[in-house]
Amino acid sequence: MSPIFGFVSRLIFGLGLILAGMTEPLKVKGFLDIAGAWDPSLGLVMGGAIAVGAVAFALARRRKKSWSGAPMEIPTDQTTDKRLVIGGALFGIGWGIGGFCPGPALVALGSGSASAAIFVVAMRWAWWCTTRF
Amino acid sequence: MAAALYLFANGRIAGIAGIVSRRWAAPLPAVAVDVGSVGLVVAGLFVGIGVRMGNGCTSGHGVCGLSRFSRRSLANVLAFMGAGVVTVFVLRHVMGSAL
Repeated sequence: MSPIFGFVSRLIFGLGLILAGMTEPLKVKGFLDIAGAWDPSLGLVMGGAIAVGAVAFALARRRKKSWSGAPMEIPTDQTTDKRLVIGGALFGIGWGIGGFCPGPALVALGSGSASAAIFVVAMRWAWWCTTRF
Repeated sequence: MAAALYLFANGRIAGIAGIVSRRWAAPLPAVAVDVGSVGLVVAGLFVGIGVRMGNGCTSGHGVCGLSRFSRRSLANVLAFMGAGVVTVFVLRHVMGSAL
């Protein structure tokens, strides 16, 4: 059961990213370029996603088990520390340079994008390095 | 929608940073990138480290975290949005780069 749900949800996620334009770095950077040719449409995408997500999480909070029988694992940790914020900032810098974040980059990779491939290799390597600390 | 489905189905946060993703080959719109290979590598390094340190990214903290009204996620999202905007600003308007 679980792998199917996982696959389907990732498929929907990937398609959503493509439709939203998240797999297009130029569109992402257009969203971040508030001083230039600003394209706020990605903000709407995120807003929509959060709206749907908010309903889902509110409902899910009442359940102890998921459909597959596995227990719900919703994180409750609320410690906001430097690592979290610095990590966010570093991610943001990389995002601003390349216009890619992990999900869209993998989707773009699936379409055969050489740029995405370069990005993903560097990302995975840095990711792996960071797990060593 | 995808996060909602995954949440109900597997009880897990569907942040892409937290899962090993699959790829599939499909006819997709061409990916237009204005950054050269070096830029892509640098960007990848930053994203790789940042996502690990922050425990999430736009899908993890941005969508799932904010949907839960998580304070941690808000801090992370503000940090990366801010950094993203500043980075693009510096690259495009201060350095005058085509990036």
